[in-house]
Order: sequence, then C-alpha cells, then structure tokens
Amino acid sequence: MSDAAVMESETRIVKDATCTFCGCVCDDMELTVEGHTITKAKNACVLGKAWFLNHHIEEHAVATIDGKPATLEEGVERAAQILANARYPIVYGLSDTTCEAQRVAVSIADRVGACVDTTTSVCHGPSGMAFQGVGEVTCTLGEVKNRADLVIFWGGNPAESHPRHWTRYSLMPKGLFVPNGRKGRTAVLVDVRKSKSAAAADIFWQIKPRKDFEVLWALRALVKGVEVDPAIEQETGISLAQMQDLVQRMKSCKFGIIFFGMGLSMTRGKHMNVEAALSLARDLNDYTRFYAKPVRGHGNVTGADNVVAWQTGYPFGVSLGRGYPRFNPGEFTTSDTLARGEADAAMIIASDPAGNFSQPAREHLKKIPYIALDPHESETTRGATVHFCTATYGINTPGTVYRMDDVPIPLRPAFDSPFPSDETVLRAIEKRVRELLQERITN
Amino acid sequence: MVGRRGEAPLVPPYGNSDSRNKARLMSLVKIANGTVYDPTNNIDGVVQDIWIQDGKIVAPPTATDVRPDRTLDATGLVVMAGGVDMHAHIAGPKVNLARKMRPEDKRLAPPVRRTPNTRSGTTGSVPSTFATGYLYAGMGYTTVFDAAIPPLAARHAHEEFGDTPIIDKGFFLLFGNNHYVLNQIAAKEPERLKAFVGWMLQAAKSYAVKVVNPGGIEVWKHGGDNVHNLDESVEHFNVTPRQIITSLTQTAMDLGLPHPVHIHCNNLGLPGNWNTTLATMQALEGRRAHLTHIQFHSYGGGLGEQSQFCSETTKLADYVNSHPNLTVDVGQVLFGETTSMTGDGPLGYYLHKVTGRKWTNADTEMEAGCGIVPITYREKSFVHALQWAIGLEWYLLVNDPWRIAMSTDHPNGGSFLAYPEIIQLLMDRTYRQEVLKRVPPRVLECSVLKDLDREYSLYEIAIITRAAPARMLGLKHKGHLGIGADGDVAIYTPNANKLDMFALPRFVLKGGVVIVEQGEIREELFGRTLHAATSYDEGVLPDIQKWFEEYYTIQFNNYPVDEHYMTHGSTAVACSGS
Repeated sequence: MSDAAVMESETRIVKDATCTFCGCVCDDMELTVEGHTITKAKNACVLGKAWFLNHHIEEHAVATIDGKPATLEEGVERAAQILANARYPIVYGLSDTTCEAQRVAVSIADRVGACVDTTTSVCHGPSGMAFQGVGEVTCTLGEVKNRADLVIFWGGNPAESHPRHWTRYSLMPKGLFVPNGRKGRTAVLVDVRKSKSAAAADIFWQIKPRKDFEVLWALRALVKGVEVDPAIEQETGISLAQMQDLVQRMKSCKFGIIFFGMGLSMTRGKHMNVEAALSLARDLNDYTRFYAKPVRGHGNVTGADNVVAWQTGYPFGVSLGRGYPRFNPGEFTTSDTLARGEADAAMIIASDPAGNFSQPAREHLKKIPYIALDPHESETTRGATVHFCTATYGINTPGTVYRMDDVPIPLRPAFDSPFPSDETVLRAIEKRVRELLQERITN
Repeated sequence: MVGRRGEAPLVPPYGNSDSRNKARLMSLVKIANGTVYDPTNNIDGVVQDIWIQDGKIVAPPTATDVRPDRTLDATGLVVMAGGVDMHAHIAGPKVNLARKMRPEDKRLAPPVRRTPNTRSGTTGSVPSTFATGYLYAGMGYTTVFDAAIPPLAARHAHEEFGDTPIIDKGFFLLFGNNHYVLNQIAAKEPERLKAFVGWMLQAAKSYAVKVVNPGGIEVWKHGGDNVHNLDESVEHFNVTPRQIITSLTQTAMDLGLPHPVHIHCNNLGLPGNWNTTLATMQALEGRRAHLTHIQFHSYGGGLGEQSQFCSETTKLADYVNSHPNLTVDVGQVLFGETTSMTGDGPLGYYLHKVTGRKWTNADTEMEAGCGIVPITYREKSFVHALQWAIGLEWYLLVNDPWRIAMSTDHPNGGSFLAYPEIIQLLMDRTYRQEVLKRVPPRVLECSVLKDLDREYSLYEIAIITRAAPARMLGLKHKGHLGIGADGDVAIYTPNANKLDMFALPRFVLKGGVVIVEQGEIREELFGRTLHAATSYDEGVLPDIQKWFEEYYTIQFNNYPVDEHYMTHGSTAVACSGS
C-alpha cells in the first residue's frame, strides 16, 4: 500500500450511511471511522456490525493475471481480450455492487454478445418467473410499517437472515395507522422447521417439507369458499381448523402481507409455490388490502434485477448472443450455461460461483478463461485468469443500491480505498472491448 | 454518482458524452431549401433554409462566404421541429415492473439489434431504455416527458433516463394522494403546501405537479374501493378530491411552474365518468390546468350498464372550447396488444377484474399507488372501438389545435409508435371512414365521429405534435425553429400515405447533430434532463423533516436526488416570478 493511501487516524463520523450487507439496505448507519477502520457502526444489526467492523483494506495487488501481480492496465487488456475473443461469454453475479457498475457490466455483455445473469437466478429467480405468470400485489416497506396489521413470513428466518426487518419495517415500528407497533400486528411464521424466528411469531406453523404449495392452494380454496378435505392435515401437517382460522384473519385484517423467502422459491414447486403465494395475496384483495413480497438477500440484488430489466427488457438469464436480448431461465442462466459446458469465457462480478455452484458448473468454470472482480479472495478469484481487487461498495465507493422493495438508496462511503471501484474497472474494460471490436470491423 | 472522491476514473464517466458531443455541436449545419412548418413562428409551408450552430437555431449568416460544415439538402422535404411527447410512461418503477412482468410482450415484437454504435433492446408495448430513445428519435421525436413518478422513486427514473439515449426528457411528480399534501389542505395551510411542493420538485429534480385520481388512491390503499365524486371525503384525512384539485392547481400557479397542474381525473375508464370530468373542469374556476388522456374520461352511461356506454365528447369539448384556461392531451386508443400502467391503483384492480389478466399493484409509502395490467384493444369490441372513436372525436372537436396535444398515454392507449397512424387518421378522412366501417355498427350510433369531416393540415399536425405540447409545457426552446430554439429538427419525405411519411423521417437532428437518416441511427448521443427551477421557503423544512422521519423508511438526507444523477446534463427551466 502506498504511503498516500495511509490516512491520518483522525476520527470521523459518517451519518446516514447505508449497509449493503442484506436486502434490507438500512440507510441509518452512523459510522465512526478511524483511518482505514470503522470502529463503531451505530444502528447496525449483528450482521451489519460484522460487515462494517471487519472491513479492512487487504494487502493485495490491484490485479492478478494467472495468479501473478499485474498492473490495472495489464489486467484490463487481458480481460478485454478474453471477452472480445470469446464465442460464448457469460457475465454473472452483480448483486453486490452498485447500479452504476451493473449498468456498465450489462453494456459489456451487450457489446460482446454475452449471456448476462445475476444471483437472482439462484435465489428468487422462480419468484421473478411467478411474477411473470400472475403479477404481484406489492408495496414499499413503509406501507407495511404504517398500515400492516397481519404480517406473514413464509419459508424464511428473518431473525437470523434480516435482523432489522422486524424492528425497522415490518413488526415493531409504530406507524401511521398502527400506532401501537408490535401490539397492533399479528405475526405469523410458516416454515418447515422451528427456526429462531418462531419465538417472535404469534402463530407458528411447522408444515411438512415440500408441502408449501399444497398449504397455499388450500388457503386459496378456503378464501374462495371452496370446500377442503380435512385430510389436508395428514398431507401438510396443518389442520383444516388452523387454516380456517388463518383465512378468517386474512380476510378480516385491514392490511396483510406475505413475506416469502427462499424456503418457498427454492424448494419443490419453486415458481409454482410463489405463484400460489402471489395468487393468494391477490385473491384477498376482493376483501381487504393484501400484499406479497420476496425477502431479497444480497444488498443490491434488487438493483441488478432493475438494471438488467431496463437495459434488456428481462430481469435475469438474458442472452445477447444474437445481437438482441432473449430471455430463457434454464437456458441462459449461469448455473446452466456452465454445467452444460457451453460458456467459453466468463466475467464474474462480486459473486462466488466457484464456491457454491454445482460440481459440473464448477468443473467447467475451471476450464475456461475468466475474469473476477471482488474485494476479497474467494474460490472464484483464486481460479480466475484475471482477478481485479476492487473497492467495497458502500464502505469505499459511492453509488446507488435498491432495497428489496425497489426503493433506490444512495451510498455514503466511509473512507477511500486504494483499489478502484467495480465501475471504474468495468468502464476501462468496456472502453478496451469497444476498441478491439472496432478494430475487428475495420480490419 | 454521489460525492465521488479520491480515485480518478480511467475513462470519462459512464455514458457521459458531453466531451465527445462538443466537437460535433460546434459545427455549423444548414438545412437547405426545405418546406418549413413552424406554427410557433407562423410559418406554414414556406421554403427556406434553417441554420444551426452550437446546437441552437441561428439566423442565416449575412456574409455570403460563410460555408456550413454540413448541408442537408431538404429540397422537396418537409421540415418541422423535433416532436414533443408531453405524456408517456417511459421510465421509473412502474415501467420497469411492466418490463419484468411481460416477457411475452417482447417475444413476438421486433427486437432492436446492437450495432457498433448503438445498444440492443426489446420493444413491444414497454421498450427497454435504449430502444425507447432510438424509437422516439427514429420517429422524429426529440423531447419526452414521463407522466407519473412517485417521489421516493425519482432516483430510479433518473437512472433510467441515464440509459435513455438521444431524447431530452423530464418527469411529472405524483402529489394528489401525498399525505403531507392532504394534511396541509385539511389544515388550510396553503403557504406550507406551496413550500412543500416547491421543495419536493427540487428534491426529485422533477418538472411538474401531477395529480392522479385525487384522494382515490389513498382510499384504495386504506382498504376502500375508490372515491366516486369530487365531494366524497377521504377517510382519516378529511379532504375531498375537489379541495385537492383546486389547492394543487393554485399551488402550481403560485410557484409559477412552467407547466400548470397535470390532472388525471377521478373515475378513469368508468361509464358515466364524463360528469366527474366536467365537474373537475368547473372546479378549476378559470385556473390554468392540463387535463390528461381526456379520452379515458369522456364516457356516458351508468356503472355496470354497458348498454348505455356512449361518448360525451361533444359536451366536454364544448366546455374546453369556451374555456381558454384548459388544455388537454388525448390518450388515443389503438387496436392491438398493450400494457395498462397507471398511478391509479384502484383502476389497476378494476382492469384486472374486467380482463381477468395478470395484475401488478405497487403502493409507495406516503405518496402514491400503481397498477399494471396487460390489455388487448379489439376492433370488434364495442367498448374498445368506442374508446378509439372518442379519442378521434377529441382531436376533431377541439377547435383550437394549440390546446390539444397528441398522445396515446403510452403505453396505455397504445404505443407511442402509433403516432404516425393517428396522423393518418386525422389527415385522411377517407382512411378514417374505412376503419370506421370495420368497427361494431353501434359505435356509429354512440359517437359523432361518422359526421366529422374535418381533416388536419400539416400545419395543424405540427401544432399538436410539437408546437402546442412545448407551449403547454412552458418550454420556450422546444417545439419550434425560431432563432434560439434547440436544434432539434425532423425532416420528412412528403407522401400521400401519412403513416409512411411520419413513421420514417428522412433526417432527424438533435442539437444540430444528424442522429437519424432514413430510420437508421447514425450517432448515439444523450439528451438532457429537464426539471423546474423551483424556489421554496426553507422555513418549512423542519416540519417536513419531522413528518418524514416519523413515517418514511429511508433517511431524510438520503431522499433528495443530487445533480450527479443527471449524467448527461440537465436544464433547470425557470419558473415565472422566481
């Protein structure tokens, strides 16, 4: 690290900073910064504290090529060559970087005719497909805070995955039409196991694994006044009486919402499960206001959906290979293009597919040249042909992220990083890729 | 990008084409010998040259030895200012939700292919951002306004604008169901309301005040169905639609906004709603206002009785004709598949129930609602064909073309790509009568369209597609070709078939740069963002902040959108009196 990069250790306070660790994107952080360390993160939850307080500028080359240190320019040149010369490149990740960087990444994918895909395809991709099937009755989180008197969590464990969801948005806060906060709301948790979240719920349903669709469909039937066989209890673990009770509550509440997690979108039934949940919420609007929302994980996965959608028309799993956008989950999604051995080059941004994809996908990734942008080392960066060590969004770089309810929020960085932002690296790659493609046309 | 510090970008900021554009803008362009239609300057088909320097229209040089850097031979061609669309939905959360919801809408639509200079995209009723810019420019339109952005999502709209090439653009901000607005009206605090609206427009970098179904969305969000007339009280807030309309209209006037209040009336789409529309016009009591997609608000008949569904355009158009404080845009319906998207939440639910198709509703805390439903307008449907006829009646029954602007309320009545077809319907009554023969015969009984012989002239088309909307918007540098105007020009090849003529301009210039030649994009540059330069009494900020911090879920300091989001430059349009 250069001397200039070592800051004097004066103490600074950064107010209204934003935590990008999870999809809650809490923007009320008050960070105490000493040099290159955040020593206090007021208002942060346990996950946010870990995110801020454990952030260090690591000793690392700005770029490595085949594992050897290189300059940024050398890295950009090699990255651009890989992408411009590929026949079936893929661009993947994007959920942990700014929208500004995402916009450039999609631009590069467009120029080189890549498949562009985000981590949505391995979390709430099925929710996106369900949305395409039936639509979605949804709202910003402030609507929940101000109006919700019945809050249902389905297939998730917010106490551990999104600790401030309850306190800041959905259960505890006092709102305009819910002046008594938690006392004014009924909380329901539906899951296949009794997680830590169960203790906070007024009603907890432990349903049999892989029976989410059946329970949701039975609830839909009851809402519509269709008779349901009491044998549903043997099937799902939930009695007809319990279901009738919940349906009564749903129909008579003033504002209800189902927050669903990956327990719904990534288990048997996948998008059909989510379609059932979205349809249930929709149907209830014949009686009251009722909403449904996926609880998104990564800090800016919602921004990735938005950017890919506004630039290409589709939210994820987009092929630009024919010179225009085509959408087909299962065909153009990254776990599939890798597992089938189709991609011949990749650019991975802020994601670790080498650490968490299927064996065939990981095997194939090892065989092809690829570029990785990540502030930290991972399985993916270690195997990358070119690794750029980038600054961490929200802590070191400004930009925009979208909260899980599509609300865009600006970032207020705590301190500068000696490393470039994802956006800076991507712009340089884009510029060089365009030059290479232009040369090809003129030659 | 907010407060970038430290690191120096390796290349110019993303998409910032200012430096690249500068060289091209400096050049002197002559459009030679074209037949010019420039209603703002009373030029009706006069053969003359147009000169553009540094992006602006200039007087022809007096020295004879001045040689332009580029001459476009427009001999025999029609020259107009670039088109101005004052009411469309092209950016922001609602538009993007529709994109995400409707892959099927794009699969059969022709894609926009990438070229070495331009990006790819998808079309259908809700094109992707790059496609939106190219398609508008390809049709000779160079300025477009998005009609309904919730303030909380203003940043999103600006980000999409950053990826929408060529056109200049701005947006209107939703106020008609904003809680702070309702509270100030109920408390009879007009000064505080004025300060709030001024602050909000500034915080969102928005252009105008939009009112959508005043009060009705809050009723819907609160569990009711809707408001049904101007004097029904909005529960909890104790205000009526009438009070909301008059207060916000007055506020927009007091702020001296370049565009007056932009009203989407109550009861959109419902049989018998013409009464509400007339009552809204009367409630304005002479104040300046723009009533949008008026076609959707001109229906006779009773609720639930399709048999009585009929046009009441004549009565409403008479009222508009005799009240110069009013302007309208049409919201023309065209036959085919499209997407209904509106800030009017209960309307979305109504359309979902009527069509049985998928439905998205998206409510924004303290501010607004939203409904999205796919819709297919069928020529053989009595209701749809009557809606089509009512739109045309409006164009033909408003005597003064300066007070009516062309719109489809894109994509609600149909895509903006239908404008050339509307022009043909207006300029060619034979064509109009032919289409009329194909619709259900009952439409002829329920509207006066069959009796209307009026045909628009090119001059009048130039009024309703650029000069009038620019004037309604208070954009002095748009919609005309006088000295000082922006060098945004559309050049068309005359053709008896007006659809062909207007669908495929020979040349389109943006800021003096030739962008389009015969339908092909030659250059990609990015237009500017237009917003109103409001001032406000800062003394009200503590009160706003207190309210904000109690009910919103983001920090007050993170709410305003700063200049950095307008990546391609912005123009703050002055308010009168400020």
